Amino acid sequence: MASSVLAPVQERGRAALEHLGLPNRRQEPWRLTDLKRLAAVSKLPASASPLSTPLPPSLEGVTRLVLNGFDDPLAGQVLPEGITALNAEELEQALGHTLDRCGCAQVWPVEFNHAKAEQILALRVRGQVGPLELVLAAGAGLNATRVLLLLEEKAELELMQVLLAEGASAHSHVLEVHLGQEAQLRHGVLATADGASSLMAHLAVEQEPRSSYALTSVVQGWNLGRVEPRVVQVDGQAQTMLKGLAVTGAEQQLATHTAVRFDGPEGELDQLQKCLAGGQSHAIFNGAISVPRDAQRTNAAQLSRNLLLSDLARVDTKPELEIVADDVRCAHGATVSQLQDDELFYLQSRGIAAADATALLLRGACQEVIAQLPAAAQAWRPLERVMESLAP
Amino acid sequence: MIRPDAQLLLDIQDLHASVEDKPILKGVNLQVRAGEVHAVMGRNGSGKSTLSKVLAGHPAYRVTGGTVRYRGQDLFELEPEERARLGVFLGFQYPVEIPGVSNLEFLRVSTNARREKQGEEELDTFAFEDHVHDKLKVVQMDPAFLERSVNEGFSGGEKKRNEILQMALLEPVVAILDETDSGLDIDALRIVAGGVNQLATEDNATLLITHYQRLLDEITPDYVHVMAAGRILRTGGRELALELEQTGYDWVDQELAAQGVA
Repeated sequence: MASSVLAPVQERGRAALEHLGLPNRRQEPWRLTDLKRLAAVSKLPASASPLSTPLPPSLEGVTRLVLNGFDDPLAGQVLPEGITALNAEELEQALGHTLDRCGCAQVWPVEFNHAKAEQILALRVRGQVGPLELVLAAGAGLNATRVLLLLEEKAELELMQVLLAEGASAHSHVLEVHLGQEAQLRHGVLATADGASSLMAHLAVEQEPRSSYALTSVVQGWNLGRVEPRVVQVDGQAQTMLKGLAVTGAEQQLATHTAVRFDGPEGELDQLQKCLAGGQSHAIFNGAISVPRDAQRTNAAQLSRNLLLSDLARVDTKPELEIVADDVRCAHGATVSQLQDDELFYLQSRGIAAADATALLLRGACQEVIAQLPAAAQAWRPLERVMESLAP
Repeated sequence: MIRPDAQLLLDIQDLHASVEDKPILKGVNLQVRAGEVHAVMGRNGSGKSTLSKVLAGHPAYRVTGGTVRYRGQDLFELEPEERARLGVFLGFQYPVEIPGVSNLEFLRVSTNARREKQGEEELDTFAFEDHVHDKLKVVQMDPAFLERSVNEGFSGGEKKRNEILQMALLEPVVAILDETDSGLDIDALRIVAGGVNQLATEDNATLLITHYQRLLDEITPDYVHVMAAGRILRTGGRELALELEQTGYDWVDQELAAQGVA
């Protein structure tokens, strides 16, 4: 059924790509991107190769769905009570709605995904539902996946999304989420790779009033990474929490572009983006917040904290606040620093060796975000994965 | 407690040190024996905090002359962590906040580093929890502070209690307390001072760096040293602190002027 719905989407995606061409550096969102790497990703053949190592078992009570872009992730699966797959008609009606609302049309990674994705997972969530885990693993080539989630009024879901990759592979992923009134989604993303693979993940979230969306993303180890959460509070009065940890090493480049728009009053945003950049890597953060005229009494706070772990690493961080409404609270801040001598000395003066003190401080810096991941993340040892990548 | 035959723990001879090439310490001499409590007093900028940081090994301070022997060993040959493991403790004037690092885990790692050096068994998470709960009583600290990040969001008084808790856990041989009294109200001061008094034995020594007499109402020093212009200008007993309280530091200027320093 999916193919019949997706065929015209693919057609439109291919046409859009032809029209857009590859992004170039004159375009602001791509100004800092290593476009050679992007070109290489665009040429990867679609593939459903699994990873060379088996996946760890999921935690008890967690429903795991595996997406590879080709096989039906629901084949042989029993979905938890409250979750149903959308039928073709529902899918046709809902697909792309949130992307449009979030301003994702004619955005290259989205059109690229449209052109490439052969399969879609589309689910409706009613009531309180047990934790769900989506695993996207790319062993080789391009893994193009697309997910649509509709949370009905007052629905509650904990979603843990894991993106893994190895070797010359790439993920192109697009997630659309619609949160009905008073719906709650706690969303974790753990995206880790071995430094050779690339990631393009686009998350579009549409929030009805009094809904709550909490995203915790931990992204580490991508040759070229681009993570773009875009959230629209359609009538304001909703809560959005974005906590991100981006870790780069070697010559990796990782860009996080977040965009939150309040299309109504009394919306709330609590955002923390942390980057740890080592080696000769380059971490980029662009945090757009849009508060139009009717978004009175918006309360938004954005903080970007960056840690340079080597003299050759680079961080670019840019808040982008567009505030038209006059009765709002919008705080933002950005820091770029190295590990502080005073912190290291304090630990050393308590008998902790310099190398251990450094590890403890980095662990602390990561844990602030990692601790917010949903419980299902524990199956994937997120802190250990990140710490291993930071080990000298 | 002064015992002339007690072990010499810290022997500072003609110590000179600089920060960013600016000389701060200009010939400090001080001997500390087991069982003794010393107070080092002086105005801001006299070099007393620098002395404490040099002894603990802060990387921003460069030793340019003189020697410090700790129990006969050259202190400056040791990394800061090694000094701590051997029993040198610095209580910070401004304890550092470390977000994301649990206080309990930090205390456990540092306690085990010291225990290992003393030939004692490492404490696992469970054994350490019992151990730390005993020590909390020394400073009447709420166990809730163990679950928080190191010093993050602690009030001034809570940070200082946390410092004395670390002192209780690390059982130092020489404890240097840098302006532990600053920013404390009288109740907090009594609790912190009470902790220091409980931890003093005839085998260890305490060096109190302080600006005010009031800490010395709670912890009775055996010696009081007055620092000025990077040196110890005068040494006396407890009465010297009382005299300072009454006369202030003006005589220091006169004495320095007479020596041609000021």
